[in-house]
Amino acid sequence: MSLMPDRAGRSYRRARPAQRRTAPAALAAPALLGFAFLLLPLIALLIRAPWSGMTRILSQQAVASALKLSLIAASLATVFSLLLGVPVAWVLARMQFPGRSGLRALVTVPLVLPPVVGGVALLSSLGRNGVLGRYLDQWFGVTLPFTTPAVVIAETFVAMPFLIVSVEGALRSSDQGLEEAARTLGASRLTVFRRVTLPAVGPSILAGSVLCWARAMGEFGATITFAGNFPGTTQTMPSLIYIALETDPDAAIALSLVLLVVAVLVLALLRDRWVRPGNTV
Amino acid sequence: MRRSAVYLLALGSAVVLATTACSSSKSDTPAAGSASTPSTTTSSTTSALTGTITVLAASSLTGTFTTLGKHFEAANPGTTVKLSFGASSALAQQINQGAPVDVFASAATKNMDQVTTTGGATKSTNFVKNVMEIAVPPSNPGHIATVADLGKSGVKLVLCQPQVPCGSTAATVFKNAKVTVKPVSLEADVKSTLTKVESGDADAGVVYVTDVLAAGRKVKGIEIPADQNASTEYPIAALTKAPNAAGAQAFVDYVLSATGQSVLTAGGFLAP
Repeated sequence: MSLMPDRAGRSYRRARPAQRRTAPAALAAPALLGFAFLLLPLIALLIRAPWSGMTRILSQQAVASALKLSLIAASLATVFSLLLGVPVAWVLARMQFPGRSGLRALVTVPLVLPPVVGGVALLSSLGRNGVLGRYLDQWFGVTLPFTTPAVVIAETFVAMPFLIVSVEGALRSSDQGLEEAARTLGASRLTVFRRVTLPAVGPSILAGSVLCWARAMGEFGATITFAGNFPGTTQTMPSLIYIALETDPDAAIALSLVLLVVAVLVLALLRDRWVRPGNTV
Repeated sequence: MRRSAVYLLALGSAVVLATTACSSSKSDTPAAGSASTPSTTTSSTTSALTGTITVLAASSLTGTFTTLGKHFEAANPGTTVKLSFGASSALAQQINQGAPVDVFASAATKNMDQVTTTGGATKSTNFVKNVMEIAVPPSNPGHIATVADLGKSGVKLVLCQPQVPCGSTAATVFKNAKVTVKPVSLEADVKSTLTKVESGDADAGVVYVTDVLAAGRKVKGIEIPADQNASTEYPIAALTKAPNAAGAQAFVDYVLSATGQSVLTAGGFLAP
C-alpha cells in the first residue's frame, strides 16, 4: 500500500476523514499483547530457521515428493469441493425446504470438528470395514485407506465447508432481481445459474476456492488418521513436518517455513485481488 | 459484512496452516485409590513422598505403566503419578526441548541416549526387554502365517516409522528373515500401528508381543520364530532436571523392584 493516491482513481481509500490516532490504554495494552501473541511464534520460526542448511533440507527426495503430493492433493480436493460445494451452496441459499437451516449447520460441522475426529469418521464410513467401505471392498475390490485418493477425500471433507460457507454467503446477499429478470425473459433455471448467478458470485467462488485450497494444504489430522503416512503415496507436507520433528527438528522448521510462505501468499492474493470492495457483490 | 466474514475465514485458515501438527501423545492420569493394592514391598518409598511425578513412557508401556502408576499411588498416599505415552523418539524430543518431566522410560537405548548425551539424565537402567510379533485382524484376511508372507504383494502391511523403536526392531526382523516388504503406511507409534490392524484396514502389522497380549481378542498374534525375531531393551531413568527428584527416584526404584517386575512380566515383557 503506497501512501500516494494511485492514478487509477482509487484515491478514495486515502480520502476518508482522519481516524483517531490514540487508543485508550485499556484497549491498547491487550491489543499489543494480542499482536505479540499471534506474531511471536511466527517470528520465532524465522529466527530458528536453519538458513544455511535450507537448500540441503529442501532438496531431499522426501520433501519434493511430500510437496508434490500436497500440491496435487490440495488442488484435486479444491476441484471436488467446487464440483460438489457450489451446488450445495446454491441449494442452501436458493431453495426452500424444511430442515434447511439444520442441514446448513450440519455441512459446516467439519469446519469446527477436530480433524482427527474427521479421520475417524472417514475410517468408520469408508475404511475397509466401514459402513460403506465394506461394500466397496466386497463388490469392487476397492479399499481406500493408505491410498492417495484417501488423502484427497480427507482433505475434501475438511476443506469443502470453507468453500460452501463463502459461496452461500455471497449467493444469499446477491441481487435476485437479476435472476428473476432473466427468468421472465425466458431463460431456463440452469441457464440463469450459468449465465447470471455464477458470474455474480464469481469472486466469492474464487476466494472460497483459495481458502479451501489453503485448508487442504494444511490438513494433517484427518489425513494421517484415514490415509496413513507413507512417502510418495500418502505423506503430505504436514505429515512430514510432524515426523521430521522427532528426528530432525531443523528440517521440521524449514518445512514449516515453506507452508508459512504459502499461507502468507494466499492471504496476500485474497486481500489484493479478490475481496476488494466493488469486486464482490 | 460478507467481506469481513471472508477475512475471518482467511485468518482462520492461515492459523490452521501455520499450526499443522498437533501432539498425538495420549496422556492419562490414573485415578487414585484403586482397589487392587499389592503388598508394598518397595524399599525406598518409606520416606514421606508427596506431589506429582510426571512420567513419559513409550507407547508400548501404556497398559503396564498405568497399572504401575496406580499401585505406586496406593503404596505412597499423597503422590500422583501423571503418565504420558507416545513414541520414544517423540518423548525424547519433548524432554530435550525442556518439558518438565521426572522419569523417562524408553523402548530403545537409542532414544534414551538422545536424552543422556544432552545431559537430561546421568544414568539409565534397562528394566525389561520386548520382542516382536505379527498382529493380524481376527479373520486374518491376508492369510498371514509367516514373516515371509508379509513380503507378498497385495498384503497391506503397516509398520512403525523407522525412527521409532518398534519400527527399527521390525526392520531387524525383516533383515534376519531376509524378507523385503512394502508397507502401506509408517505410523507414528506402536499403538497407531496396532489400531490400523484392529480396525481391519491393514492386513498385518509388526508390533510388540506385549501389544498383541494387551489387545486381547481384537487382533490375532502370529509368533515370529526365535531365529528371525529381534528384541529391544527398555531403559528407564530419573531425569537430572526432575521437578520432583525424590519422587522420580522412588518411581524408578518401584519399576525395578520385584513388585514392579511382576506387573511387567504379567504384561508379556521379558527380563532384561
